[in-house]
Amino acid sequence: MTAAVRSRPSLRFRGRSFHAMVLAPEVPVAAWFTDLDEWIQRSPGFFQGRPVVLDVSNLSLSRSALADLLQEFSARGIRIMGLEGADLSGHDLQMPPVLRGGRRENVIDLFAGEEAQASGKINSQIQEGDAHDVESAGALLIETPVRSGQSIMHLEGDVIVVGSVASGAEIIAGGSIHIYGALRGRAIAGAQGRKARIFCRKFEAELLSIDGYYMTADTVEPHLLGRPVQVWLEGDRLMVSIQD
Amino acid sequence: MAKVLVVTSGKGGVGKTTSSAALGTALAQMGQRVVVVDFDVGLRNLDLVMGAERRVVFDLINVVQGEAKLAQALIRDKRLDNLSLLPASQTRDKEALTEEGVGRVIAELKEKFDWVVCDSPAGIERGATLAMRYADLAVVVANPEVSSVRDSDRIIGLLDSKTLKAEKGEPLEKHLLLTRYDAMRAERREMLAVEDVLEILSIPLLGIIPESEEVLRASNVGAPVTLNNPGCAPSRAYQDAARRLTGEMVTMSVPRDKKGSLLGKLFGRRAA
Repeated sequence: MTAAVRSRPSLRFRGRSFHAMVLAPEVPVAAWFTDLDEWIQRSPGFFQGRPVVLDVSNLSLSRSALADLLQEFSARGIRIMGLEGADLSGHDLQMPPVLRGGRRENVIDLFAGEEAQASGKINSQIQEGDAHDVESAGALLIETPVRSGQSIMHLEGDVIVVGSVASGAEIIAGGSIHIYGALRGRAIAGAQGRKARIFCRKFEAELLSIDGYYMTADTVEPHLLGRPVQVWLEGDRLMVSIQD
Repeated sequence: MAKVLVVTSGKGGVGKTTSSAALGTALAQMGQRVVVVDFDVGLRNLDLVMGAERRVVFDLINVVQGEAKLAQALIRDKRLDNLSLLPASQTRDKEALTEEGVGRVIAELKEKFDWVVCDSPAGIERGATLAMRYADLAVVVANPEVSSVRDSDRIIGLLDSKTLKAEKGEPLEKHLLLTRYDAMRAERREMLAVEDVLEILSIPLLGIIPESEEVLRASNVGAPVTLNNPGCAPSRAYQDAARRLTGEMVTMSVPRDKKGSLLGKLFGRRAA
């Protein structure tokens, strides 16, 4: 058993929610802006650096009217981080993203879509038939070798690879990663928590990570290379042990 | 049924053009009708290796863009009747190739030949993806060194996703051709061993071509090695590989170093 020795604090990823103010202009818009200007005069700097979501569901706006409205806000130094209740057809890419319930809508959500969820992949060159759900828990089973340059991302659960993960490939899993072959690339597990583990039959990894704590190949003790291992998190250290 | 074969690799300089010429010629020597297509637009090497550089009038781009008929651009080999070459253009760039144009040319070639061997440019860009686009099977050329093996792994990933066959959900037959293999250096662990390469890439082995001066000599006189000196070790390896491509079972032998031991050296000298 060994532990990684790190000189720098580790890189961490967290989910976090933020509050944003919502402004909902009402008709007549000109009068509403007059009120807003008065408010800004009373408390200058109120909107400075503050994220604002614009709710336009009360107004039915054309594309140019929406652009004009946004222009009015930017003239007052108010930064609009998203639009709520806007019609997507009237939207262009220079405008802030459209939100629904605080989530972006006009971007392709890689994790929410049905298809993406079934195969759980980004930029992966795996065929549809190759990757499928094992069970409702959402483990992703990959029956082909993961080639250099491929990136398999599956944030809903475990990833099981029946084959090897080549150097230059990466697996990103919400849960644990199980590799029934050689692990030569990167394994990033535990995007959803620190209980995740990484298992592989032949350990030659470039990088290991669980819940944001990571370990590079350099820090791995040489006697572990080529062996079947298990990796888990203890405190803020990655532990690697041989499994035989 | 004509077969479209792409000879590809991630890294340059591993022997794609040499292998395309040698495999194409070996197939032709077996009596198959073969055309070798140079997809390395902008660089053009295959005609040199096949000794046809002075006979190029029209090229692949001319045909793709409809400026010349296929029959005008095809160069028939002087030594083998059933071997032809479709050269690449040196004056245009690879942007001139279109997917539909290439598809049309390949379809036309499939009517005339048994084998369409596509010599792909190195890398993962447009030229390489177009060369592999219509392939029925692929020969991935790699040297026994880590950079070449890793790039080959990347190319195998592309073959599994960017080819028409893969997009239709059909498996694309892939073979590994290990070139410039030096038994002595492999034994000294200066090169990856065959088993290591196979383990990393996990695709079937088509052949191992030993490193040899014969290959360089042949390309300098403008003849594919299998024509220039059919009896030498790399030629025999290419011939075996070509027979395996046609479905024949040929036993694989890993080249061993003949002068390995001191005793062997002594005996070798005495025999000479």
